[in-house]
Amino acid sequence: MICQECNQRPAALHFTKIVNGEKTEVNLCEVCAQEKSEMFMFSGQSGFNFNNLLAGLLKIDPSFQKPSQSPFQQEEVLHCGHCSMTFPQFLKLGKFGCAHCYETFKDQLQPVLRRLHGGNFSHNGKIPKRIGGDLHLRKQIDELKVSLQECIQHEEFEKAAKIRDEIRSMERKLAGNVEGGK
Amino acid sequence: MSLEHFLHQAVSSWMSEEGPDSDIVLSTRIRLARNFEQYKFPTLFSHEEAKKIIAEMEQLLKTTSLQKFGPMELLKIDEMQPLQKRVLVEKHLISPHLAEDSPDGAVLLTENEEISIMINEEDHIRIQCLFPGLQLSNALQAANEIDDWLESHIQFAFDEKYGYLTSCPTNVGTGIRASVMMHLPGLILTQQMNRIIPAINQLGLVVRGIYGEGSEALGNIFQISNQITLGKSEEDICRDLMGVVSQLISQERSAREALRKTSNIQLEDRVFRSLGVLTNSRIIESKEAARCLSDVRLGIDMGYIVQMSKNILNELMILTQPGFLQQYAGGQLRPHERDIRRAALIRERLKMESEKIKGEE
Repeated sequence: MICQECNQRPAALHFTKIVNGEKTEVNLCEVCAQEKSEMFMFSGQSGFNFNNLLAGLLKIDPSFQKPSQSPFQQEEVLHCGHCSMTFPQFLKLGKFGCAHCYETFKDQLQPVLRRLHGGNFSHNGKIPKRIGGDLHLRKQIDELKVSLQECIQHEEFEKAAKIRDEIRSMERKLAGNVEGGK
Repeated sequence: MSLEHFLHQAVSSWMSEEGPDSDIVLSTRIRLARNFEQYKFPTLFSHEEAKKIIAEMEQLLKTTSLQKFGPMELLKIDEMQPLQKRVLVEKHLISPHLAEDSPDGAVLLTENEEISIMINEEDHIRIQCLFPGLQLSNALQAANEIDDWLESHIQFAFDEKYGYLTSCPTNVGTGIRASVMMHLPGLILTQQMNRIIPAINQLGLVVRGIYGEGSEALGNIFQISNQITLGKSEEDICRDLMGVVSQLISQERSAREALRKTSNIQLEDRVFRSLGVLTNSRIIESKEAARCLSDVRLGIDMGYIVQMSKNILNELMILTQPGFLQQYAGGQLRPHERDIRRAALIRERLKMESEKIKGEE
C-alpha cells in the first residue's frame, strides 16, 4: 500500500478513524505521519516507537484520566511500594520496574493487556512446577464447575451428579495439598 | 588466519547444517523471557542486584549442568571487546540491546551455539534456542527443558493471572517469542509479498526483514514471529505460527514453479549474472551482496546451479556483515575497506566450493 499523502513511499501506519459513526481510513508512510503527528495525538516527539504507542494506549484510558481531573485534592501519585516506580515513569519507559508493579498498576493494566494481546488478559500457558500442582487443580475445578452448570441447564442430572462428585474429590485433594504443604 | 579455519570457528550450527524445509526456512528460534522474583527488573535494578544475578547463574553452572546440551560458557559483556560483541550480535546469539545498553549483562553459550541464555538484558533471563530449518516443536522442547532446569533452582516471577512477569507488558504471560527466518525470493519476484504481509499481521503475527529497517528485507529474508504472548499456550502459539509458515512455504514453492514456467531463461540469466558478480567483483556493498546471494541461493534450490552447498547463503549473509569482516581482517575497517574485504571473502568462499568439487572428481 502506498502512502496517501506523498504517493511515493509505502504506507507504514494504518488508522481507522471513526468520528460520529463516519469511518475514514488513513494510510501514511513514516515521514508523512511524522509531519502530521499533531493531528494524530502522537505529541511532537520525533520518531515514535513502541513505548510511545503504549503510552498512547494508556493515556486514552478513561479510568486513568478520572483521578487527575479532580482539582480539589492533591492525588498521591500511584507508585509501586517495592521498586517505587511511578505510573508516569512507566508510561515513559513502557517497562515495569519489578514483579510487584503488575499488582500495583493492575487497574490500569487490564485494558492495555487486552489491546496488546488480542483481547486476552489472563495466562493460559506453562505453569512453574513448584506452584503448578494446586493451580492446575484449581483451573480444572473451575472448568468442571462450568460444565456442571451447563449440565444442570440441559437437565442432564445424571451427568451433573458425576461431575459434582469429581469436583468434590478434587476439592478434597486440594485441601489435603494445602494441609500437607503446611 | 585461513578462511577455512575462520569458518570453522565462526559458523554456528544453524548456519552450517540443514534442517527440515531448509530450501525456504533458514532457521527457527524460540525465546523465553524470565525474571527472578526477588530482584528488580533490569529497568531499575542496581549494579549490586545485577552482579548477584550473574553470580547466581555462575554458581548454578558450577553445581549443575544440563548433560543433554553440553557444557556452557559464560561471557560477560563488560569483559568483551566491541568487535567480539558485534560478531555475537550478527550471529543472532545476543541482542543489540545486550551488547550496547547492558553493561551488567552476560550470556551463556553452548558449544554448538544452538542455545544462548542472555542475562540482564530487558529481562533477567532470556533463553534462546536457534535451530537450522523449520523445527518449531524441537526448539520449543529444548527451551522448555532449559526453563525446567533453571526453574528447579531459581524462583521465577510468576502470577496466577498474568503468568510469567516480564519487564515489558508485551511479553507477559508465556514470555515466548517464536520466530522463523524464511528466504522468500519467489514471493518477492512475483510481487505477492506486499499483499501477504498485511494478511499475516491480521493474524497477530509480525513480519520483519532480516537486518533491514522497517519493511525492507535484505536478501529477501523475512522473519515471522508471534506478537501475542498472553492468553494462549506456548504450544498454540507455535502451532499458529507453524500454520502460517507452512502456507508461506507452499506459496513460495508455487511462486518458484510459476517463475520457472513463465520466465525460465530470465530467471536463469538473473541467477548466473549474480553468481558472476559474486565470483568476480572486487568491491561489493552489503546490499548488493545480499541481493546476489539471494539469487544464487534460489539458483541452487531450483537446480540451475549444481554442486554448490545450500548453506552458502546462510553462511555468507552472516560472514559479510561488518563485524565479521573486521574480525576476519583482524582489526577495524573503514566502510570502503569493508566492501573490498567483503568481495574478497565471497570470492574466496566460492573458490573453496569449486575446489571441493574438483577434489571430489
